[in-house]
Amino acid sequence: MKLFKSNKSAGLMASPYIAWALIFIVIPLCMVIYYGITSADGNLTIENIATIFKPGFFKALKRSVFLALISTFVCFILSYPLGMILSSMKLKKNAYIVTLFILPMWMNFLLRTLTWMTLLEKKGVINTIFEFMHLPTISIINTQGAIVLGMVYNFLPFMILPIYNSLNRIDENVINAARDLGADSLQTFWRITLPLSMPGILSGITMVFIPALTTFAISSMLGGSKILLIGNVIEQEFTQLYDWHLGSGLSIVLMIFIFINMIIENLADKGGVNK
Amino acid sequence: MKKKLLSTILTCTIIAASLCACGSEDKSSNGKLYVYNWGEYIDEDVITQFEEETGIDVIYDMFETNEIMFAKLAQDTSAYDVVCPSDYMVQKLIENDMLQELDKSHIPNSKNIGEQYYIQASDFDPGNKYSVPYCWGTVGILYNKTMINEPVDSWDILWDEKYKDQILMQDSVRDSMMVALLKNGYSLNSTNPDEIEIATQDLIKQKPLVQAYVVDQVRDKMIGGEAALGVIYSGEAIYTARENPDLEYIVPKEGTNVWIDSWAITKGSKNVENAEKWIDFMCRGDIALKNFEYITYSTPNDVAKENIEDEDIKNSKVAFPDLSTMNTEAYKYLGTETDRLYNNAWMEVKSADY
Repeated sequence: MKLFKSNKSAGLMASPYIAWALIFIVIPLCMVIYYGITSADGNLTIENIATIFKPGFFKALKRSVFLALISTFVCFILSYPLGMILSSMKLKKNAYIVTLFILPMWMNFLLRTLTWMTLLEKKGVINTIFEFMHLPTISIINTQGAIVLGMVYNFLPFMILPIYNSLNRIDENVINAARDLGADSLQTFWRITLPLSMPGILSGITMVFIPALTTFAISSMLGGSKILLIGNVIEQEFTQLYDWHLGSGLSIVLMIFIFINMIIENLADKGGVNK
Repeated sequence: MKKKLLSTILTCTIIAASLCACGSEDKSSNGKLYVYNWGEYIDEDVITQFEEETGIDVIYDMFETNEIMFAKLAQDTSAYDVVCPSDYMVQKLIENDMLQELDKSHIPNSKNIGEQYYIQASDFDPGNKYSVPYCWGTVGILYNKTMINEPVDSWDILWDEKYKDQILMQDSVRDSMMVALLKNGYSLNSTNPDEIEIATQDLIKQKPLVQAYVVDQVRDKMIGGEAALGVIYSGEAIYTARENPDLEYIVPKEGTNVWIDSWAITKGSKNVENAEKWIDFMCRGDIALKNFEYITYSTPNDVAKENIEDEDIKNSKVAFPDLSTMNTEAYKYLGTETDRLYNNAWMEVKSADY
């Protein structure tokens, strides 16, 4: 706060951000809620939100949660060891390696997903190479596996970075102290490293789970539009069927899931600090 | 009404916020024209030529299905001046009071369009008051001769277990429902809930055999040999056969949909004069020919057809089929109730496990 002479000038400096948040976050959010709880003739209703319990819609939601959980789990399994390797290298070089993981993100997300389509297709790049080497070809395109692959590929950096950061921040002396007091490496990991990296794990999980839950581009490109996720349903309501009320109602359901995720994260975070 | 109010508030806030940022004004002398057309449905040079000849600044946007276009216009009909909807969507737009009547005296080239197409178009636009045909065609099956060793003449082949994972279906409500309705011998404009239910169940039964539901990608996937059978618009047949000679297009014996995509001016258009110039330009013989050669969708423009140099294409039964020998029907707008029925059916198909 030393930066500003008074709270007044601080408020003035913040005003563009407040305006930004108001126009692009608060107002659209209010509109979504307004549409979500009204019907086409303007009456209050919970029908839009309750539609989620209809068989087709509920199935799409279940499938989305399931695939998002799998993707998050796979991302975690891949990221944690990598984070540990990177942070143990203790070299200036690991910054370059981290950059390597972020590098693909400089390319457009849709383009990257489209590339996976060309790679995985029946007559795609991977199968052509396999055929050339007389290996059995794979047919993963248009399956749930392809969607999970797309999610993991696209969202992996969101898991790696927070985990790497939190592991990197652990004081070497704490680990050395544990060793001095007779803990073996497994004990050190369970009692020291893992709890201390918990904040990174939790934010990584949130940052992978939420986009994986809401995606519609990955599922329509790599799933051949055969596997409908809740994101596809909402997209369809807005663009194809022109039912903003139902689309908003379903979006509210998704928001509830995101809130639950954030509450769990907050609780776990506090619990970790109190210890 | 409330929808409008809210979006007005939102728009105002955004404009107010961005007003200070953009103080520049457009330089073109003859104003602007907002065109909303199907993806890959024009020779891009034609747009440049139009801009050069008229000095009008064209803002050109594309849509993938009629429904997407409708959703956009329903928010604000002044968002675009000229649109290119298909038959049943023209009718829906007219019934929702979203188009304006054309002043044909300002579109003299519209006489280049063959009389028969106007007659066909009067099914969805009585008196041809609102629309001028741009392209037309049928929907059929494109198949790869090297992968299929039997004659293809029926929609039934899309339900043949032999071709599991080799079939591409259209990812749009009406086109996919049409296939299932015709297969069962019903009208493609059926409003009978029982018939729609049977068609829906058929599509669900077909789902395990389908490789993917796609729209524009049918073309590239078929050319690449990714699938053996695909439901496709006749306009793609010339192009795909050119790129991959193994591909052949047929119209199944049960019949098909004859569609006409037409230019129309939106109710809220702010550049009506420019919009008329655009439609007139599109009806010009040389321009229609240029577009035909580029997009290969059948042109209803008689002058253009006369001037096609390639005799094979000019007399092609695929590009210019004799409709009297086929069992064809055009899509009609079926009203809100039936619309919902179709949409629910499609939702059921798409979300079905397989």
